[in-house]
Amino acid sequence: MTTSQVLTQAEPSSEAVDGGKQIVNDFSIQIATVNGSGSQSANSVLLRSIFRMGIPVSGKNLFPSNIAGLPTWYTIRVSKDGWVARKTHIDVLIAMNAETAREDVLSLSPGGAVIYDESLKLNELRNDVSFYAVPFDQLAAATGAEAKIRKLVKNMVYVGVAAKLLSIDMESVDNTVRRQFARKVKAAELNLTAVRVGYDYAANTLTKQDPYRVERMNATEGKIIIDGNSAAAMGAMFAGVTVVPWYPITPSSSVVENLIDLMKKHRVEADGKASFAIVQAEDELAAIGMVLGAGWAGARAMTASSGPGISLMAEFAGLGYYAEIPGVIFDVQRTGPSTGLPTRTSQADLTFVAGISHGDTKHVILLPGTVKECYEFGLEAFEIAEQMQTPVFVLSDLDLGMNNWMSEPFEYPEKPIARGKVLDAEQLQELGGFARYKDVDGDGIPYRTLPGTDHPGAAYFTRGSGHNEKALYSERPEDYENNMLRLARKFETARTLVPKPKLEGTGKEKVGIIAFGTSHWAVIEGRDQLARESRIETDYLRIRAFPFTQEVHDFVAQHERVYVVEQNRDSQMMNLLKIDLDAAQIVKLHSILHFNGLPIDARSVSSPIAKLEGAGS
Amino acid sequence: MSTTPVTPKPVKTNRIGLQILDYRGGKTTLCAGCGHNAISERITEAFYDMGVQPERVMKMSGIGCSSKSPAYFMSRSFSFNSVHGRMPSVATGALLANKTMRSIGVSGDGDTASIGMGQFVHLMRRNVPMIYIIEDNGVYGLTKGQFSATADIGSKLKTGVVNDLPAIDICALAIQMGATFVGRSFSGDKKQLSTMLKAALSHQGTVLLDVISPCVTFNDHEGSTKSYKYMQEHEEAVSEVGFVPYFDDIAVEYDPSTTVDVQLHDGSHMRLRKLHEDYDPTDKANAVKMLMECHDKGEVLTGVFYVDTQKPDFTTLLHMVDDPLATLPQERVRPGREVLTVLMEAHL
Repeated sequence: MTTSQVLTQAEPSSEAVDGGKQIVNDFSIQIATVNGSGSQSANSVLLRSIFRMGIPVSGKNLFPSNIAGLPTWYTIRVSKDGWVARKTHIDVLIAMNAETAREDVLSLSPGGAVIYDESLKLNELRNDVSFYAVPFDQLAAATGAEAKIRKLVKNMVYVGVAAKLLSIDMESVDNTVRRQFARKVKAAELNLTAVRVGYDYAANTLTKQDPYRVERMNATEGKIIIDGNSAAAMGAMFAGVTVVPWYPITPSSSVVENLIDLMKKHRVEADGKASFAIVQAEDELAAIGMVLGAGWAGARAMTASSGPGISLMAEFAGLGYYAEIPGVIFDVQRTGPSTGLPTRTSQADLTFVAGISHGDTKHVILLPGTVKECYEFGLEAFEIAEQMQTPVFVLSDLDLGMNNWMSEPFEYPEKPIARGKVLDAEQLQELGGFARYKDVDGDGIPYRTLPGTDHPGAAYFTRGSGHNEKALYSERPEDYENNMLRLARKFETARTLVPKPKLEGTGKEKVGIIAFGTSHWAVIEGRDQLARESRIETDYLRIRAFPFTQEVHDFVAQHERVYVVEQNRDSQMMNLLKIDLDAAQIVKLHSILHFNGLPIDARSVSSPIAKLEGAGS
Repeated sequence: MSTTPVTPKPVKTNRIGLQILDYRGGKTTLCAGCGHNAISERITEAFYDMGVQPERVMKMSGIGCSSKSPAYFMSRSFSFNSVHGRMPSVATGALLANKTMRSIGVSGDGDTASIGMGQFVHLMRRNVPMIYIIEDNGVYGLTKGQFSATADIGSKLKTGVVNDLPAIDICALAIQMGATFVGRSFSGDKKQLSTMLKAALSHQGTVLLDVISPCVTFNDHEGSTKSYKYMQEHEEAVSEVGFVPYFDDIAVEYDPSTTVDVQLHDGSHMRLRKLHEDYDPTDKANAVKMLMECHDKGEVLTGVFYVDTQKPDFTTLLHMVDDPLATLPQERVRPGREVLTVLMEAHL
């Protein structure tokens, strides 16, 4: 993929840039490298150094499905207003990849800046951007680093050059490098030397010509920067997960890899024994099979996967639904169908997961839109799964899972762990037995026992075949129908247990927007654009779970037109809403779609809505 | 009412005071004469004889005639009839959640050697501590008699269709994959099967028992190599299996020149009297060689082929706490507030 393709949706810059004007804390930096070149730590230092100056940032890695040698772009958005959605046009380019350099320069916004390796001779390509030639090899050698690590050192040199040109506080860079290499003092020193070599070169040789710079703010105090997969892993650990079978797949692997690190540190007991079992399964079929086996036997079990793996889980998902077994499945969505674009983001598993498996099947889905929700829903998913006795899917995506986001710090769970309707031997003794699939409480949720419960009436026969209230095999039409109706009632109960949607706006506007997951960040910025540029005021409801709660129905009913923003081709959320809403409400829904594999940007929300609302843009 | 006092017959119980009735299951719905029913009987007896508490047992299965059979023994045990070919993963998960439970899986040749091959070999490789029984009849019964992957080359269906693909030898495969107790028996060989099951209950690791279990409806005719008649004519035991449970103090003499004594994990002893000259149940390569040679001769080798009591089972390898993971209290699974504080500081 080339940058010009990446930027197909770029809008021309609306702000004219004249040489004398400064643009402070509102621009984007793109670092073009090849993957496997070790630029990740340098990019992280750049991002966090600006963040530590109190300026809102977001970082997105656009990487190929490849181990080494293909183009990679890392984009940092600096936004004084706190917008963190993807910005389509690039203002400052650090061109380290000879292969894409030409296209990267050509796709830059007018008035932009290019920091490049002088050997690339990019300065002849355009005359409406500023060029800063840097002899990277020479500077890397000047750090005194051994030849074999100079490639890595070069990355830190561009951090120094950028720091000088963009007025990034060197104290902030210093702190960031020392924190990042806290356990490797030698590496920290070498990296700092490289940063300083770059900084000094820029200070002595380069003349600032472009308008972009940062200035200290106070907008990130107390905030953290984290990726959604790390956050999800933390949630699972504090949820008390014990059994984690998994099969590696991009972009979900880091959920479990992070969890392994966390559990080794925090869940090994004084005698050195683990209060968990993390098992790399032979495939996703086995991963979900182990989750259900463990859930049946009473453990909090989870797996993490993505599209192709989720497809393989379809049969077991139906068993989990029908035999009523708790389990948590994180689906960090990538683009499909089939192998699709393994390192690109999407929200296209929604309808598939909502009904995954044959027969009448419905699944509870949690839809985190923030890294904090990756953590919170990582906790909540287990609570709901055990309370409901059913598999719960958490639909994240690559953008949320693998990119760096600012967030308020996470809160410690105050609610004690609740294991749902599980009968122990004593309760069985009092009751004189139980019927596994009987709706005792009228909420559709039956009682269960765990293997090993020491009572002659504790055991029951779990099966994916037809069964009656007592879990006995049955092909009787009324048994089948009663059971399916109870399962439908149980799903109605789920509406009252799942996270409620979040409303933004007055609630009194004519135009409503519905979105979920990472589309949130483009929607909030898009609403601001609509209000400022087109005087279109909107209300916004962010759906956070399926099945839909009453608030979703009310929101559609209270608005004249409702735009459903999502990152897939087939209007999947809108279609789920259509199934759920009254017929009279359905006509109000309009789709706003974005599905090129890149995270949705604000213009992709505001432009089509402005047009459909009849506003000139 | 009669006035003559009747002395009640003393009820026979096992070592934990339970009757055989406490180990019975539901009424079978399999065909009369199905080998699977005999196997269910032997399982019932073995668990009764060994005095295993039924509530401490998980019965696992996949899909097929064989996989139905856990409903026909030990109703007081917890049972999970899962999906086709995927019992190994479900059984593994259940044992990860509660390693203190006993697990017995019942599968068939279709459920294991075709659709379930992937999960089967990985269960063997992990040495998951459970008894895995294959009720092997060479055909798919529930779908009316298609060949399975354990059907011998040249064997004939009732319809006259001849199998032209080689059979997968599940035992040879299991040995290679890492199972630590591998044997074959015949549903009609009451003594051998009972003894092997009891020994299996004393082993900590994967026990793979391939039990030839004729399908009376679809594969018990002339031309079948999995019929009662064929087994009666071609069964060749590699050893005579004897078993001395840990709770019997009777010292049974044996001749070490003719008998291999294996001390099992619970202290019981399995005594394998050699019927084959080359027999050595601790030698993997030799066991596989014997199986292959016998197969070429058209004989069905039975007995215990391979035992390894040293290799750690999967739950041991994972170094888990002693209590079941499933029911650990909150204070052992939710790290304290200070842990989150430290994690948050690391991301500031």
